[in-house]
Amino acid sequence: MKKVHPAVVGAQPFQLAEHRPVERLFEDAEGRDRLEKSLSRYPEKKGALLPMLAYAQERNGWLSPEAMEEIAEALDLTPAYVRSVATFYTMYAKRPVGRYWIQVCTCISCHVNRGEEVFESFLEHTGTRAGEVSEDGRYTVIEAECLGACGFATVVQVNDRYFENVTPETVPEVLAQLEPGEPEA
Amino acid sequence: MSPKIEISLNGSTVEADASATVLEVALEHDLFVPHLCHHPDLEPAGVCRLCLVEVDGRMVTACNTPVTAGAKIRTDTPTVQQTRLGAVELLLVNHHGGTIDCEEGEACDLNRIARFVGADEARLGRYRPPDRTLPVDGSNPFFTFDPGLCVLCGICVRTCDEIVGVAAIDFVKRGFDTTIGSAPGKQWIDSDCVSCGECVERCPTGSLSFTGFETPEYEVTTTCTYCGCGCGIHLGVSGDRIVSARGQRENPSNEGRLCVKGRFGFTFVNSPERLTTPLIRRNGALEEATWDEALDLVAARFSAARGDAFAAIASAKLTNEENYLIQKFSRAVMGTNNVDHCARLCHSPSVAGLVQSFGSGAMTSSSKDLGDARCIFAIGTNTTAAHPIIGLQIMRSIRAGGRLIVANPREIELARHADLFIQHRAGSDVALLMGMMRVIVEEGLHDPEFIESRCENFEAFQESLAEYDDATVEEKTGVPFAKIAEAARMYAENSPAAILYAMGITQHTHGTDNVLATSNLAMLTGNVGVPSGGVNPLRGQSNVQGACDMGALPNVYPGYQKVELPEVRAKFEQAWGADLDDAPGLTHLEILRGVTAGPIRAIYLVGENPALSEADATHAREAMEKVDFLVVQDIFLTESAEYADVVLPAASFAEKDGTFTNTERRVQRVRKVIPPVGESRSDAWITCEIARRMGASGFEFESAEAVMEEIASLTPSYGGITHDRIDQVGLQWPCPDPSHPGTRYLHAETFPRPGGRGRFVPLEYRPPDEEPDAEYPLVLTTERSLYHYHTATMTRRVPGLETLRSEELVEIHPRDAVELQIASGDRVRVTSRRGEVEAHALVTEASPPGTISMTFHFHESPTNVLTNAAWDPVAKIPETKVCAVRVERA
Ligand code: SF4
Ligand code: SF4
Ligand code: FES
Ligand code: FES
Repeated sequence: MKKVHPAVVGAQPFQLAEHRPVERLFEDAEGRDRLEKSLSRYPEKKGALLPMLAYAQERNGWLSPEAMEEIAEALDLTPAYVRSVATFYTMYAKRPVGRYWIQVCTCISCHVNRGEEVFESFLEHTGTRAGEVSEDGRYTVIEAECLGACGFATVVQVNDRYFENVTPETVPEVLAQLEPGEPEA
Repeated sequence: MSPKIEISLNGSTVEADASATVLEVALEHDLFVPHLCHHPDLEPAGVCRLCLVEVDGRMVTACNTPVTAGAKIRTDTPTVQQTRLGAVELLLVNHHGGTIDCEEGEACDLNRIARFVGADEARLGRYRPPDRTLPVDGSNPFFTFDPGLCVLCGICVRTCDEIVGVAAIDFVKRGFDTTIGSAPGKQWIDSDCVSCGECVERCPTGSLSFTGFETPEYEVTTTCTYCGCGCGIHLGVSGDRIVSARGQRENPSNEGRLCVKGRFGFTFVNSPERLTTPLIRRNGALEEATWDEALDLVAARFSAARGDAFAAIASAKLTNEENYLIQKFSRAVMGTNNVDHCARLCHSPSVAGLVQSFGSGAMTSSSKDLGDARCIFAIGTNTTAAHPIIGLQIMRSIRAGGRLIVANPREIELARHADLFIQHRAGSDVALLMGMMRVIVEEGLHDPEFIESRCENFEAFQESLAEYDDATVEEKTGVPFAKIAEAARMYAENSPAAILYAMGITQHTHGTDNVLATSNLAMLTGNVGVPSGGVNPLRGQSNVQGACDMGALPNVYPGYQKVELPEVRAKFEQAWGADLDDAPGLTHLEILRGVTAGPIRAIYLVGENPALSEADATHAREAMEKVDFLVVQDIFLTESAEYADVVLPAASFAEKDGTFTNTERRVQRVRKVIPPVGESRSDAWITCEIARRMGASGFEFESAEAVMEEIASLTPSYGGITHDRIDQVGLQWPCPDPSHPGTRYLHAETFPRPGGRGRFVPLEYRPPDEEPDAEYPLVLTTERSLYHYHTATMTRRVPGLETLRSEELVEIHPRDAVELQIASGDRVRVTSRRGEVEAHALVTEASPPGTISMTFHFHESPTNVLTNAAWDPVAKIPETKVCAVRVERA
C-alpha cells in the first residue's frame, strides 16, 4: 500500500490546523502576501478565488462563511458567487472538520471495490457519523466523488495524501499511519 | 432593425428577424414551445432542456439557437415530443414529488407545461423521488423561497445579476444537491438582497412566491406614489383593498420593473392609522368634526388672511391637477404668490441653475436612454437607493461596456460597480467639476464645434478655470488630482456621456453653482442635445417635476411663466378672472420664517411634513406652533399635523384620479384604484370646496380631466396633454399641441433661452456655510435608505419595510469611532449648533473619516433638528448636506 500518490502535490499541510476561532485572512502580512502572490498569477482577480479558498481552509482548518465574505471583498466578487464556487467543490470543508479529514471515494470504481464498506469502516473506527468531528477533534469522515485514481480503488484522501487500494480491513492500518506513535483512536 | 430572413416553421414558410432565436420566432407565431429557463428580459441560458425542437433534423434547444435562412424547424416531431416528455417528467419528480395538480395551478409554468405535454402522474412512479427536504427560507418579509419547488432554471440568479446588478443569489452545491442560495452562512434577508422582488416576479414555479399578495379580482394601472422614477404599476384590488402590485411592462419608464417600495409599499393605503375624518382643535386638542364644520372654519379663517398673510405649501406627492388648483387658489383667491412646495428643499437649484444655462430645469434625457450611455457620471446621487429603477439603467449601461464614474463623499453601493470612484469632500463639487473641466480644455478633449455653434460666454468661463490648478483642487476635494484628471478623460472620451445627479449637488449653499458646474461640463463636451447624454437631475418625489411644472412656486405660474411679466400675468388674470399679484412670493423657508418675523398668519400645508423635512426643524416646529392658523391636509396625522388647528383627511394616490410627471418629464395617469378610505377626500376636492366656500368661482371641476384641460390651455409645454392621450403610456413634455408626440430628450437643436444658445457660467468655489471646528469637529451629511421614503409617513406604515429598516443609524468611519470609543450598536448623541439627536451607531467605511451620515426618515431621531438652514442665495435651498456636529456616547 503506497502512502502518497505521486500525482498529488501538497495543497494542504498533512495535518490541518485545529479548529480554532476563525482568523481574519488578509489582515496580517502572511495573508496579504498569499493574496498578492496569487493575484500576480492571474489576469483577473477572480482567478485567485480557488487558491484563496484553499488558503482559508489551510489557515483556519475549514472554510467559514466569514472567510468567504472576506475573500469576496478582497477579490471584488459577490458573497453569493464565492459561496457558489466553494460549495461546488467537496474538497472545501464548509463546516469545521477534524485535523484528519478523511474523504472516501464511493464513485463507480471504488463502489465496485467495496468503497461503501470502507466508508462504514472508517466511521466505525473513528467513532463518528458522516461529516461529524470526532470528540477528540481528530477525525472527520465523508464520502467523496471520484478522486481521479480509479485504478487504485478504493481510494481514500486524508488531507493532502492519498491512500490506495484500501479495504475495510486495512482501515485501522491507515489510521495508525496518520499519527505514528500515537495509539489509534 | 436586423434584416429579415425566411425559414420554414412546421412546414409553413415564415419571415423572421435574422437576429431572433428559434424560440422567439415560434412564440411570435403563436406556436407554443414549452420553455422554463427562458425569459425575454434575460440572456438565454439553455439549462432546462424543455424547449427542444428539430432544426434541419437535429434536436436543439430553441431558446439559444439563432435562426438561419432556410432553416427547417419542427416543433412537434415524435422524437421531440418523447424527449421533451422525459425532461418534463424528470423535472416533475424533483418538483415537490411530482404531483401535477398542485395549488399553484396556472401560476406554475411547469404545471402548465406538464399539461401541455400530457405528462401522466402514473408514469412518474418509475423515477426515484428525491429523498431530501430543504427548509423554506421565509426570512424576507415580502417573499419566501421553497427549494422543494425549485426547478433550477436560474431565472432568479440571472435576474438578480443581469437586471438588478446585485447578484445576491447563486447556485450553491452541485449535482443532486444543487439549490439556490444567498451569501454564505446567511439567510436571504441578511444577504445583499435589496428585496426588489424582481426574481420572485419572474420565477416560473411557485418556488419564489410573494407572501403578502392575494389574487386580485381585477387590476388598475396607475403610477407609483414613491420616487420620481415614476414607474407604471398595476395595483390588484379585492373588495376595497389593494392586494397586489405588478410592474407595467409597456411603460418605458420602468419596463415592468419595480423596486421594493413600489412593489410592496402600497399597504399604507389600508393602514388603520389613516385619517378618516376632519379634525378641529378645540380646547387644545384635535377633535373629530364634520366636513362642513371644518371647511367652513377654514374658509372663514382664510378669508380673514387674504394677501401676504397667507401662504400655501403644496406637495410633490399630489397630482398635477391638485398642485395646479392649490397655486390657483393661492393666487386667484388668496391674492398672493406665497405658494411653494418641497422642491425648494430638494431641486430648486436645478430649476434655477439649468434655466440659467439651458433655459429649462428638467432632466434632459429619458430614463431608458441612460442605459445606452457610453459613460455615466453619477455625482451626488445614491441612485440604487433613491432612484432604484434608474439605477437599473446604470447597470444596463455597465453591462453593455459603458463606463461609470461615481463621485460621492460616501462609499455608496454604486461605488463597487464604478470604473472610477471619487470620494470627494462633501461640498467640494464645484472644485471637483471645474478641475475636471480644466483638464478637458487643456488636453483638448472639449468639443469646440458644439461650443462655437450652440453656446455663449465660453471665454469668460474658460478664464475662470485658471483658478482651479491641481493643488487647489486637491486641497478642496481631498482627492489626488491624477484621479480627477482620469475622470475628466473618461467622461470626455466616452460619448454619449450622461451626468446624473441628485441632492448631493443641490442641497448646498452653493447648490445653484454646483448645478451650473454640471451643465458647463456637459456643454463643454458636446453632451447636450443627444439621447443618452445630458444633465439629469433625478427628481425625488413621484410628482416633484409636476409640482414645479404646475407653478407651485412663488415666482412662476404653470409652465415657468414668470409672475412679474405683465403679458403673462394678463393671460392668467383673464383666464382666472382675478387680479394677480406681480411680486414673487415667499419660499418654503421664508414662509416659516415669515411667521416669526414677517406677515404670515395662516398656512395651508398640504402633504408636507416640515417638522421632519425642514433644515433646522426645531425652527419649523416653532413656526407651526406659533402661526395663528395652520391647516394640515394629509393622509396620516404627521408630526406636523400635531401643530394644526384644522386637519383635513386626504385621499391617497390610490383613491383619486389625476396625473404625475416623473423625473423624465413623462406625464402619466394616476387612477382611482379603490374608494377613498373613511371620509377622506381628494386634495382637489378639498381645495375646490374651500375656494367655493370663500365665494370664488373657477373651481367647479367635474373631474381631474377637466382640470388638465385648463392646465393645457395655459401651459405651453403641456398644451398637447390630455388624459385621453396618456391613457396607456404617458407623454414627455414639451408637448405643445395635441398632435405632438412628446419630447424624448431636450435641446436637440436649440436651447429654450433668448438667442437659443446654452450659456457657460464662470464659477467661483465657495466652501459650505458651516465647517468643522474644535467644538463641532465632524461633518454631518444626510442620505436616504432604499427602504424608506422622505419622512417615512407612508413607508413606516408598511410592516415589511419597517422590518428591513426600523431605525436611524449614525454611520461613522472606524477611525473616528475608535477615537470616540464607539462601537456599532452603541447609542450616540449627535449635537450641532441647533440641537441634538440620539440614535444607534453603525461603524462603517462607507462614511469617510471625519464625516458621519444619517437619513431623515425616523421621527424618533429627527436628523433635521441638526441641519443648517443657511441657504443658497439664488435657489434658497438650505444646506441639508453639510453641517458641523459633535458625536459622543449617549
Ligand atoms: S429580491 Fe431582488 S435583490 Fe433580492 S435576490 Fe431577488 S432579484 Fe436579487
Ligand atoms: S423606483 Fe420609484 S417609482 Fe419606481 S417603484 Fe420604486 S419608488 Fe416607485
Ligand atoms: S471512482 Fe474512486 S477514484 Fe475514481
Ligand atoms: S428554455 Fe431553452 S433550455 Fe430552458
